[in-house]
Amino acid sequence: MPSIVKPLIPLAPLARNDLGLTIRDYEGAMSTLCAGCGHDSITAAITHALWELSTPPHMIAKLSGIGCSSKTPTYFVRGAHGFNSAHGRMAAIATGAAAANRELTYIGVSGDGDSLSIGLGHLAHAIRRAVKMVYIIENNGVYGLTKGQLSASADVGTRPKKGETNVVAPIDPILLGLSLGATFLARSFSGDKEQLIPILKAAVAHNGLALIDVISPCVTFNDHEGSTKSYRFMREHEVKEVVADFIPEREEISARLSGGGRRSVTMHDGSVITFRSVPEGYDPTDRMAVEAYVREHQSAGEVVTGLLYLDETKPSMHQVNHTPPSALNRLTFDTVCPGSAALAELMADFR
Amino acid sequence: MTIDVTPQVRVNDFAIKLANVNGTGSASANGLIMQAIFRMGIPVSGKNLFPSNIQGLPTWYEIRVNAQGHTARATEYDLMVAMNGQTYRDDIEAVRSGGYVLYDSSWPLDADLARDDVTFLGAPYASMCLEAFAKPRERILMKNIAYAGSIVALLGIDLELVRGLLAETFSRNPALRDSNELALRLGYDYTTANVACPLPFRVAPMDATTDSILIDGNTATALGALWAGATVSGWYPITPATGVMDNFTKLCATYRRHTEPASEPGGEPTVVNDYAIIQAEDEIAAIGIVLGAGWSGARSFTSTSGPGISLMNELLGLAYYTEIPAVIVDVQRTGPSTGMPTRTQQADLMLCAYASHGDTRHILTFPANPAECFEFMVRSFDLAEHFQTPVMMLSDLDIGMNDWVVPAFTWDDNFVPDRGPVLSNEDLAQMKEFFRYSNPNADFVTARTVPGSAEKGAYFIRGSGHDKLGHYTEDPDKYLEVVDRLKRKHAAAAAHVPAPIIETRPGAEVGLITLGSCDLAVREAVDLLGQAGIAADYLRVRGFPFADAVADFVRAHPHTFVIEQNRDAQLRSMISIETGLPILSMRPILAYGGFPLSAEHVVTAVREELEN
Ligand SMILES: Cc1ncc(C[n+]2csc(CCOP(=O)(O)OP(=O)(O)O)c2C)c(N)n1
Ligand code: SF4
Ligand SMILES: [Mg+2]
Repeated sequence: MPSIVKPLIPLAPLARNDLGLTIRDYEGAMSTLCAGCGHDSITAAITHALWELSTPPHMIAKLSGIGCSSKTPTYFVRGAHGFNSAHGRMAAIATGAAAANRELTYIGVSGDGDSLSIGLGHLAHAIRRAVKMVYIIENNGVYGLTKGQLSASADVGTRPKKGETNVVAPIDPILLGLSLGATFLARSFSGDKEQLIPILKAAVAHNGLALIDVISPCVTFNDHEGSTKSYRFMREHEVKEVVADFIPEREEISARLSGGGRRSVTMHDGSVITFRSVPEGYDPTDRMAVEAYVREHQSAGEVVTGLLYLDETKPSMHQVNHTPPSALNRLTFDTVCPGSAALAELMADFR
Repeated sequence: MTIDVTPQVRVNDFAIKLANVNGTGSASANGLIMQAIFRMGIPVSGKNLFPSNIQGLPTWYEIRVNAQGHTARATEYDLMVAMNGQTYRDDIEAVRSGGYVLYDSSWPLDADLARDDVTFLGAPYASMCLEAFAKPRERILMKNIAYAGSIVALLGIDLELVRGLLAETFSRNPALRDSNELALRLGYDYTTANVACPLPFRVAPMDATTDSILIDGNTATALGALWAGATVSGWYPITPATGVMDNFTKLCATYRRHTEPASEPGGEPTVVNDYAIIQAEDEIAAIGIVLGAGWSGARSFTSTSGPGISLMNELLGLAYYTEIPAVIVDVQRTGPSTGMPTRTQQADLMLCAYASHGDTRHILTFPANPAECFEFMVRSFDLAEHFQTPVMMLSDLDIGMNDWVVPAFTWDDNFVPDRGPVLSNEDLAQMKEFFRYSNPNADFVTARTVPGSAEKGAYFIRGSGHDKLGHYTEDPDKYLEVVDRLKRKHAAAAAHVPAPIIETRPGAEVGLITLGSCDLAVREAVDLLGQAGIAADYLRVRGFPFADAVADFVRAHPHTFVIEQNRDAQLRSMISIETGLPILSMRPILAYGGFPLSAEHVVTAVREELEN
């Protein structure tokens, strides 16, 4: 993963966020992925979302497993603290980091191989534990980095570039999340920044694990006829009926008023998500209804995208564990070591 | 063996074994006996030889009393408390000639079990309890306290002291206290009425345990973690390590939980835990959690046994190469595979020392008893942060799950933890640029930052090849620069791990090297060999990498033996690998059947080898 420094091309003055930082300040090293790889578009969306949110770069921890997708944290927010870990283990490491320091924004980036095969157990348990983090699966239906083997998200009937047509059932992270009690589930398409950026911003504000499954075509190994993770397939089969806007906590309260047919959900930090359009009878807080809707479209060969499910009422790992409001790693030794008198007293119990 | 016809009185020097059925409540009765002897000021050990089963299989408990403190496992029993019909035959056979068997005479013993060189002492515990207690469960449980009453009489244990212990234990439940008291009296009175008490081997008060405690290694380890300031742990249940986290959880609830007043008037006060204990989905996640927290600057640890270490291998290599502190407790049990989960061994030495693919080597500490579990746990956290690397503390089932008499733990309030080189934002402000793996200190450690530090301190951890700047590399020289420093860093730890304990005798040509829970048996063997005219020196390794003294010790002795509890002589191999000494310059003495080592095993092996 060479870290090539991006050339800084002088341009017209760039817009600044609340911290006075430009989008450049949220970029990272130059990508070394294949030209046209969906993952690079997701990197751009993450860069944008964090810039728009004005999250201080040093208060961001970006973690990943192993894969082309997992290389991407080097390509955004160079001033953030990064951890490119081992294949499939990102969720476990993020859990420990979040436990030790709840003050940071955790952005986890993974692939469909990383999350749905080798790391499936950790993903499932991070969801159950409600680790406060954004968990992005850059889903291309293949193992890009090991050259195109089908992954567990490949649909039945998918034809790989080499080898046999897939006949085994796929694992759908959204349906999985629904069954595990996930509280924030979204699906998007790497080619749709307009949809992805608000979802990412809402995910950062979510009080728990926000899982975003982003269909992200692998131009080298899975963008051909017969793939259900190609640019063409997504353009032809994407259903974008669930449209949500994210309004950060700082913005005008008037924006929270939602008109007829709209529905708003206030996030833990006071931000608001407004569902601008949802299909008839769709309730993004009703687990059963969401599952039925996703399944129905799936059987029609369609891919539903958008912020599909949201539950802002559940406690996160920190609330469940009653950890202090500030980071555990900042507790002083005096606070955590009971000292000599307490030990001497305790010794009497062992007589 | 000759029959002992004129029994000599032996005070504070005997061993008894109790045979029970698992899950019938015998553990508390057996523990009561041991605790009573301890409270009488006499050195004592209790070893639980239990099955991997919840109820029904045979289980044994061995108590050894020895005024000199030789309380390693005994192989000869003066008294067998045979309470398990399934194992009568073997149990009766195990008593030394001239010894005694205590059994439940509610049922007659088969005639073919009789031995004329031992004395059978029967007492009708089941019948007495049937009569004295109404509830079926109580009738079963109280049989145990009833035989304990007999043992109190037979060994001359202070009855009032035992009554006091029962009163302490059941201070909140007078009904249960009364039942226990009654059962104790049933056994005690029956035996005093029918047997000339005490037996020729017996206890007499001493003052050898005044400043001691009775504690198991897992509890001591948890105490060490708490006092060392650990705030995050990830773990997955496994025998014999579970007790570490069970105890850590309990201790945290006592010492690290406080209630904050309501933030607004009329609101609820909130509970705040200054810790996070996460029961993980497997050991891979457990070590992942520890690394995430260690990277973040929290003291974090996990506890497991061999199978868990196997699973953790990949991430241990990641932590080694990316230089993340972590403490891992391995309470060893027998392998390979699931092995015998309730039996002890020291067979994870090489697994831990060189865990993970590629060139990896780790820092290890080897406690010998619960006191060292407490001490080394604190040391392990310091080592992990000083050297920014995983440190594994290798306890074992014998240390972890048995109660040991050890000096009471103390704490120095002036203790300052060694957090290693961690840059603050002020430090960063003084620097032109920060590079993660540059500017090593005298121990070859480079300063780190933790997530959340100022942007200048941000860097990208990667398990892939990186140079001293922390950047990705595939360049051989830049790669070598980092991995060679890691090797030197590991070597530098030799001066920081707990130093070996060395005890010499004038003119000794025999040198005994050992580690961990072999300690007591080997020390006793040194005494026994001395009595037989063989002077032996003693060295106990307490950390890895090894101090130079280990190699010097081998060179100084024409006959060096390495005594350990595994089949493949792993410690011997490691000494040879690390020092370059020929492997044949050391002879192995091995015990790996799953039971703790005895002095007799060592003495026999040394003598046989010397005679050859
Ligand atoms: C333990 C382990 N096994 C196998 C590999 C090899 N490997 C690297 S990336 C990868 C698959 C990545 O697939 P995915 O997560 O979908 O990422 P993508 O490259 O498609 O973005 C595999 C199998 C590894 N690094 N570690
Ligand atoms: S192989 Fe596929 S996933 Fe990997 S960088 Fe190339 S296009 Fe992207
Ligand atoms: Mg993939």
